[in-house]
Amino acid sequence: MADVSLRKVVKRYDEVEAVRGIDLDIADHEFVVLVGPSGCGKSTTLRMIAGLEDITDGDIMIGGDVVNDVPPKDRDIAMVFQNYALYPHMTVAENMSFGLRLKHYPKAEIKSRVAEAARMLDITDLIDRKPKQLSGGQRQRVAMGRAIVRNPKVFLFDEPLSNLDAKLRVQMRIEIKKVHQKVRTTTVYVTHDQVEAMTLADRVVVMNKGRIEQIGTPNDLYHNPATRFVAGFIGSPAMNFVPCRLEDVSGQLNLRLTDRLSFPLPGARAARYQKIARAENLLLGIRPEHLTEARPHPEPGVEPFDATLDVTEPMGMETLVYFTLEGAQLCGRVNPGAGARVGAPLRMAVDLNNMHLLNEGTGVVL
Amino acid sequence: MSSMAIDKSGPTRKIKYGSMSRDRTWALRWSYFFLTLFAIFALVPPIYMLITSLKSSAEISAATNPWWVYHPTLSNYIELLTSNQYLRFFWNSALVSVVVVALTMLISIPAAFALSRMKFWGSATLATGVFLTYLIPDSLLFIPLFKMFALFGDYTGIQLINRWYVLLFLYPTLTVPFCTWIMIGYFASIPKELDEAALIDGASWFQTLTRIFIPVALPGLIAATIFAFTVSWAQFLYPLVFTTSTDQLVLPVGITTTLIKGDVFNWGQIMTGALLGAAPPLIIYAFLMDYYIAGLTAGATKG
Repeated sequence: MADVSLRKVVKRYDEVEAVRGIDLDIADHEFVVLVGPSGCGKSTTLRMIAGLEDITDGDIMIGGDVVNDVPPKDRDIAMVFQNYALYPHMTVAENMSFGLRLKHYPKAEIKSRVAEAARMLDITDLIDRKPKQLSGGQRQRVAMGRAIVRNPKVFLFDEPLSNLDAKLRVQMRIEIKKVHQKVRTTTVYVTHDQVEAMTLADRVVVMNKGRIEQIGTPNDLYHNPATRFVAGFIGSPAMNFVPCRLEDVSGQLNLRLTDRLSFPLPGARAARYQKIARAENLLLGIRPEHLTEARPHPEPGVEPFDATLDVTEPMGMETLVYFTLEGAQLCGRVNPGAGARVGAPLRMAVDLNNMHLLNEGTGVVL
Repeated sequence: MSSMAIDKSGPTRKIKYGSMSRDRTWALRWSYFFLTLFAIFALVPPIYMLITSLKSSAEISAATNPWWVYHPTLSNYIELLTSNQYLRFFWNSALVSVVVVALTMLISIPAAFALSRMKFWGSATLATGVFLTYLIPDSLLFIPLFKMFALFGDYTGIQLINRWYVLLFLYPTLTVPFCTWIMIGYFASIPKELDEAALIDGASWFQTLTRIFIPVALPGLIAATIFAFTVSWAQFLYPLVFTTSTDQLVLPVGITTTLIKGDVFNWGQIMTGALLGAAPPLIIYAFLMDYYIAGLTAGATKG
């Protein structure tokens, strides 16, 4: 096992710069997820760590050694692909042992390692089957088994759950987490699904347009996003953004959303935003769970307002409500018993203790 | 009420499915009609050959119904199969075809692998070039080729013309480009992740080819093998031009040059010889048919 470091890594395809000088340190045993929209450079980054893509500039280190020019087979890594990439003419056992057989491991050791991995992944009964006789979930297990038996320094996962249906995806997510808790191999996992990223990762790396937007624990990214991109990308339904600006009303710092709608900021927030120019174009970032129905005795910093609902989505344990404010479509989460009806007004409340304030031009969270 | 509703919906559904199956019935009828027509067209010549091969020369030249054998005889078969000359042609053909198939595979498989997987400068142009080579007909090539081998003989003293093994150099000009082309297509249909997985598992390019690509592309390889064998077995122009001594001839040329003496056609033996000559490819097809079809339709259903 080993740590992985990227130093100013650049990947250029002719004119297109897919990865624009990223720095990343992944500690030993850590589970790091690279997440971002398609084309953000996350898969390219993973493939560069694997050695499947040459790097244009910078250094990649595995276990302290620069591996820029080391071929994939000598990097001591294992990779799980989106389409599983199982060898169709080999049985499950042969698929799993292929790497070990190439390295001329003793037969007895190969057998015991395959048996051990099969047991861990609960595929012992499938060991003599060919890939085409397996379901998608089983194939993904075999692909993981093939990675595990080699006992590599680093596991690389390239969107491994994208080909599975929603239910199986949740199940396999738990499997992957369990496997990592058992083997503790350093893991780099690529996905475009922020839920996968949040649930699996020790640390999440959010990428956008070939750059790293933010690195942090899932909670950190959720509660303290650094940019508008991260704030909007992490969390489902996404964070709401409403144009706003700050104003002083008789010594009190207020947040003005519309001509008619203005909220006094709670003390802690007011102190934090005091130095921002009053004329600055800002965005209020607020997560749906902080837009709820108004309650009789609100906490300090929770401000009521009226909204007319455009759409309601009953989810069972909660109802998502959509309404328009200052031309922006907002989403809130209300209690199923709150009486949310399409076209009807609803007294809502915004929890400004959990608000974010962003610079509209730069997208930076203030 | 509810049972009435069910009764009503019943016939509507039936009509819908019925019309679909009527279309299908007609489609089937037409396809059977054309398939039968084609089968008759394709099968009449070999049947006529079989009938003729079972007749004596006297019966063939007699003015009787040519589609019926009145005095069946195996004399043509016995004569040919006990003639050293015919067996020699057979042996030459077999030897040339087997060696050519082996040579073709030895060149085409690595070539196709390199052209489909190792992206190097000019690989796409080269792949197209390989196919264009195939488009040049042998009737255009045989004169320059003859000149080439004649010059080679003059300069080196190694005489290749009128030796059966000169065909080992000639046939691959037909088989290698086509087989390479088929296999480029077949290899291209193998997902890229498969060789990447093999590379990460520690395989070299050569191991990836032998342990992953060849087994996975086996149907394609078999299709290419059958093609190479058929082309070699049936090739007429090159052996006609390049070989003349009877002990150097292959089957198609041997039959026509030795069984037609001047203007005397020994039809019984010609038909027998051709029929026996058609047997090896037929047997190979029969055994490998499923693979052959799978090879030709490769990629068609990949989604």
